[in-house]
Amino acid sequence: MSGPLLEFENVSLSFKGVKALSGVSFGVQDGELFAIIGPNGAGKTSAFNCMNGVYKPQEGDIRWKGESILGRRPDRIAELGIARTFQNIELFAHMTVLENLLLGRHIRTDVGWFSGSFWTKKARREELDNRDKVEDIIDLLEIESWRQYPVALLPYGIQKRVELGRAVAMEPELLLLDEPVAGMNLEETEGMARFILDIREELGISIILVEHDMGLVMDIADRILVLDFGTPIAMGVPADVQRDPEVIKAYLGEDVVA
Amino acid sequence: MRGRPNLFASYAAEQGILPTTTKKVSAVLLVIAAITIPLEVLPVLSQFSQPSWLVLLNRSLIFLIAALGLNILVGLAGQVSLGHAFFMGVGAYTAAVLGGTGAGLWSLGLPIWVWLPLSGIIPALLGILIAPTAVRVRGLYLAIVTLGLVFIGEHIFRNANSIAGAPEVGREWPRLELRIWKEENPLIDFASDGNWFGVSLPGEAKTFYFLLVMAIVFVFLAKNLGRTRIGRSFAAIRDRDVAAEIMGVGEFRAKTQAFAISSFYAGVSGALFGVVVGRLIPETWNLFLSVQFVAIVLIGGAGTVAGTVLGSFFVVLMPRMVENVTRFLGDQAIDGGVLSIVGDFVVSIDGDFGLISLSAQGPGLSIFQLNQVIYGLLIAVFLISEPLGLFGIWIRIRNYWKGWPFTY
Repeated sequence: MSGPLLEFENVSLSFKGVKALSGVSFGVQDGELFAIIGPNGAGKTSAFNCMNGVYKPQEGDIRWKGESILGRRPDRIAELGIARTFQNIELFAHMTVLENLLLGRHIRTDVGWFSGSFWTKKARREELDNRDKVEDIIDLLEIESWRQYPVALLPYGIQKRVELGRAVAMEPELLLLDEPVAGMNLEETEGMARFILDIREELGISIILVEHDMGLVMDIADRILVLDFGTPIAMGVPADVQRDPEVIKAYLGEDVVA
Repeated sequence: MRGRPNLFASYAAEQGILPTTTKKVSAVLLVIAAITIPLEVLPVLSQFSQPSWLVLLNRSLIFLIAALGLNILVGLAGQVSLGHAFFMGVGAYTAAVLGGTGAGLWSLGLPIWVWLPLSGIIPALLGILIAPTAVRVRGLYLAIVTLGLVFIGEHIFRNANSIAGAPEVGREWPRLELRIWKEENPLIDFASDGNWFGVSLPGEAKTFYFLLVMAIVFVFLAKNLGRTRIGRSFAAIRDRDVAAEIMGVGEFRAKTQAFAISSFYAGVSGALFGVVVGRLIPETWNLFLSVQFVAIVLIGGAGTVAGTVLGSFFVVLMPRMVENVTRFLGDQAIDGGVLSIVGDFVVSIDGDFGLISLSAQGPGLSIFQLNQVIYGLLIAVFLISEPLGLFGIWIRIRNYWKGWPFTY
């Protein structure tokens, strides 16, 4: 592998006086499961929003396979192969599970309004092909019984899974997971961890994970970046990060270190 | 498969446009029933074969086409628009100029296969042109922007006398007939009385058949759009626009497409409206017309094609129903029937007290005013108690009978 898949170089983002990110640099390798952790307000979700093109950092550069993606529109960045789930579920509430997953296929399909309206051979073939691909994901995530339900009616844990499925349906090269197990019990968390590992191993998708559940992060992440108030304070394999005095200070306070 | 209507053996069967046997059969029956109306075959439906009823049914079908367009914009893409009447007007005058023959007005006398497609395409292009302004605002603000469009349009139509005719006078539209080019006798005449396959039909009935085919085509197109890629992208923008963008749906592109497609439907409908009515004044394309379409979409059920069909017929036929009921009550009051007390109170006869008056000068509301009040009330009632509209009521009835005799 020549270089990192996604690379942050000295990225700084601020809203008026508030520094959300300052001088963040890291690179995610192909096939890696990279985790970003930090206390509340550390800038983890802001980092995601920069990758997606929702926010534009004032300084630094974000590169996808060596090419700068700074200033590109979110939908263009999605087309590159970056998919994402959200901290607070952002599913399309009035659509069914199936429709949500099919929407995920938007960038991988190209039937326009004309062939769609006339239900041409091309549209028909693409819809069925899409359905086949989506069914594979439904199978992988074990949500068969929820297929035809409007997502607003589903329990929280299932919604989280559907959102993961929608992102996977985009056939991304990089998947950004924003707190995939927030608010879940131990059993659900273990289930979700299994799905995340399956996605990485079976589909070969690289993952950036933002998560507060330390057990999960330490168990499945290859490398971890720790942010505190927008500043990177440590980066490395889980075992090293766990012992880093700066990290302990950020999470537990000054006295513990001393 | 027999006995298991909900079992699908292939994705193709499940994703069909009418997936269940019940839906297929009822769609076919509905079309057959519509076809038999002017033929006076079924006793129940034959009363609708009077020209006065056919005129209303024709109007319902024309309104249905425009309403399907507005449903794509409002129901599917979630963009509230009050500008539908403007796009209808643009389509109507495109048809009038291209197909019309009036002296002293711009008219090219071209055949239907030229003006009908263009009466959709030109408003669609205009929609694309206006979209960049409209896409920047949402919700209430979009409603105001599109409201402005109606007033600008009305002003232009009233002053462009060589296109729209003089104010309060208007212009004539081309007749509904198929010509190859500008020859003397039309190939098919949809407008005047005559024989078709040995059956003598009034002009209204022939127009009805033409519009029925048009409406079915547009229902088919709207339904297909809703269940394929572009329709899903509209719904995604409606539900969560930021998430949709991150999933790769271009917000600007999707909204522009929704505007263009909806304007296409409006334009075709406007052209047919002009052609079928024959002569319209420039003031036709006003806010009240737009509000009627919003009423159709909301009363029928936003986002559903079946609801839009129900809504179109309901909103167009309701004034006639209200009038019939009022007349009936008036007759009761005069003849001293069972409902004479109710009739006496509700209807004003010869200027005495009453909530509704059948003559123009009497106290109380005119039929027209009464209908306006009822539209307003219905929109409010549906928004509060049944957001899915007539379609929602139908779903509830259907589910009740599906589970009968069990209520859970």
